[in-house]
Amino acid sequence: MKKKFKLEDLDCANCAAKMEEAIKKIAGVNDATVSFLAQKMTIDAQDDQFDEIMKEVVRVCAKVEPDCRILM
Amino acid sequence: MSKKQKKMLARIVITFVIFVGLLICEHGGLMERIGHGWIIFLIYLLPYLIIGYDIIYKAARNISHGQVFDENFLMMIATFGAFGVKEYSEAVAVMLFYQVGELFQGYAVGKSRQSISDMMDICPEYANIEADGKLMQVDPDEVEIGSIIVVKPGERIPLDGVVVEGESFIDTAALTGESVPRKAVAGDEIISGCVNGSGTLKVKTTKEFDDSTVAKILELVENASSKKAKVENFITKFAKYYTPVVTVGAAMLAVLPPLILGGDWGDWLQRACIFLVISCPCALVISVPLGFFGGIGAASRIGVLIKGSNYLEAVAEMTTIVFDKTGTLTKGEFKVQEIFPNGCTSEELLELAALGEGYSNHPIAGSIREAYGKEPDLSRVGKAEEIAGYGIFVPIDGKEVLLGNEKLMERQGIPCQTVESGGTIVYAACGNQYMGAISIADSVKEGAKEAIQSMKQVGVKKCVMLTGDRQQAAEAAAKEIGIDEVCAQLLPGDKVAKVEELLKAQKEKEKLAFVGDGINDAPVLTRADIGIAMGSMGSDAAIEAADVVLMDDDVRKIAAVVRISRKTLKIVKQNIVFALGVKALVLLLGAFGAANMWEAVFADVGVSVIAILNAMRALKAK
Repeated sequence: MKKKFKLEDLDCANCAAKMEEAIKKIAGVNDATVSFLAQKMTIDAQDDQFDEIMKEVVRVCAKVEPDCRILM
Repeated sequence: MSKKQKKMLARIVITFVIFVGLLICEHGGLMERIGHGWIIFLIYLLPYLIIGYDIIYKAARNISHGQVFDENFLMMIATFGAFGVKEYSEAVAVMLFYQVGELFQGYAVGKSRQSISDMMDICPEYANIEADGKLMQVDPDEVEIGSIIVVKPGERIPLDGVVVEGESFIDTAALTGESVPRKAVAGDEIISGCVNGSGTLKVKTTKEFDDSTVAKILELVENASSKKAKVENFITKFAKYYTPVVTVGAAMLAVLPPLILGGDWGDWLQRACIFLVISCPCALVISVPLGFFGGIGAASRIGVLIKGSNYLEAVAEMTTIVFDKTGTLTKGEFKVQEIFPNGCTSEELLELAALGEGYSNHPIAGSIREAYGKEPDLSRVGKAEEIAGYGIFVPIDGKEVLLGNEKLMERQGIPCQTVESGGTIVYAACGNQYMGAISIADSVKEGAKEAIQSMKQVGVKKCVMLTGDRQQAAEAAAKEIGIDEVCAQLLPGDKVAKVEELLKAQKEKEKLAFVGDGINDAPVLTRADIGIAMGSMGSDAAIEAADVVLMDDDVRKIAAVVRISRKTLKIVKQNIVFALGVKALVLLLGAFGAANMWEAVFADVGVSVIAILNAMRALKAK
């Protein structure tokens, strides 16, 4: 399943790249893109674990860029 | 400016005022009278904290999360270093300059993002549905196929459909770049994303929102940034190594020279700090994708969708362009071009042909009937018999009439004059008497010739045309348009083979584009380096398979896209050279002690801001 999320206060392009990399490493994530320009995140992950994966996504993103909020 | 940015601006102004005051005191010798080092330290610490508290807070927080090498940390170390060597004013100045740069950078990125998303703002928010005589606003997602929606003047059309009532002019500029509004009356198909003019329209929807034009376009544009150009991938990789390498360099610079050469630790520490400030690759990481984004935006402004920056990059290297003839260079509408009567008048010949083709639904027959202009009296026509590969045999007014190609005349032993003309020729005979011939051709699209000329101007070396038509007809069209090479009488499968052949003949770094209207050519579109499809005429499959979509089918725009892509790449390259150049220079100067902190901050945020402003030019490319 593919889902898009808006991001708020994503201030640096380098952080976006780091977030993308961190999200891709989560188990169950097939693909992820974090677009600094569009302030959007697309996550393609396994359906049955999507909610848990999203929790993990929020956690790793907070670690990389605590100011950035994922609007769900 | 956002609230956050306003707050930042206030902090900058306050710090700046204090800082200038302190500088005046310093020059006036006031500081020396105070004397004690730590008091001066405390005096400078105040503006430093005002301007930089958030940096220090973020640095500490990120370290606790295991994110060591971020900008905040680097700025903190660099300014702490300045405090360490008692360059108090420099520490404050550097932090101030950094924050000004960051603010400006954030503002510039926000602005450019805004202008791009404004351009992409084609998404309808609601649809009006009439229920019990009242209008209700609903989510376009919820409207079912076949529903009647009302589009009021000035509203965006939410779903694709057919006009059932009303009359208006429709502004399609957001989708096609076409500035002249298009008229829409009952029976016309209209596409979502366009803006309705001054009339109210009732529209019967033909697609669900997810399948409608606007949703498809938005999806394409949003996915465009995930298909990265080679340059972008290079920058991403480069950024990964750049920061650690520079940071290690800084550490070595701080420790090794004083240990080996002896000397002042403070001096080397300062040089190391300069390294740290320059170690963020932000200028590149932001400006390169922004440049491509701008280029894609500029193309979409003229009604051309590019599905990824990799394709934008490829278009710049395009040297061969292959066209499918019908529907791309020609209109796909057959018209009677010339009439060559033999022993009768043109009208008589045309009437004969129109009667003979009266029952046929072949496009050629249609064009003859259209040229005849009247409704043929079919009671005069008997039962037609088709002779496959030759033509038809039909009794008219009791006489045997033959309509077909030259071979048909030969077969029946009727002497005829061969007509040298492009297009398809229909020969006619009545009662074994040759009556003449009618030439029918597909008319060349407006601007096709111009398109080829302008493509040559932008450096496309070879223009090839593929068609299933007769050699002669194809050559006539090619000559009129100015095509270099023609491959005629191709079956659909041959097109792929031909394109593969041309692809093999390409040198490295040369790209081949295929332009098609999408009918039967999805495989060719995928096979070519760049597949260009017609948006309004093309099939959905073609648009899906294509890399570039011309929304209004205007082939002239291809040359403009080449120009946009070249300009975008030029800007991206300028930014890379400029940013790396300045950084390398300041690193070098810094290592030898010839650069100060100011130059370092310039090499970081200053370069970023300049690169962003430069990248924004891509959006204005034409």
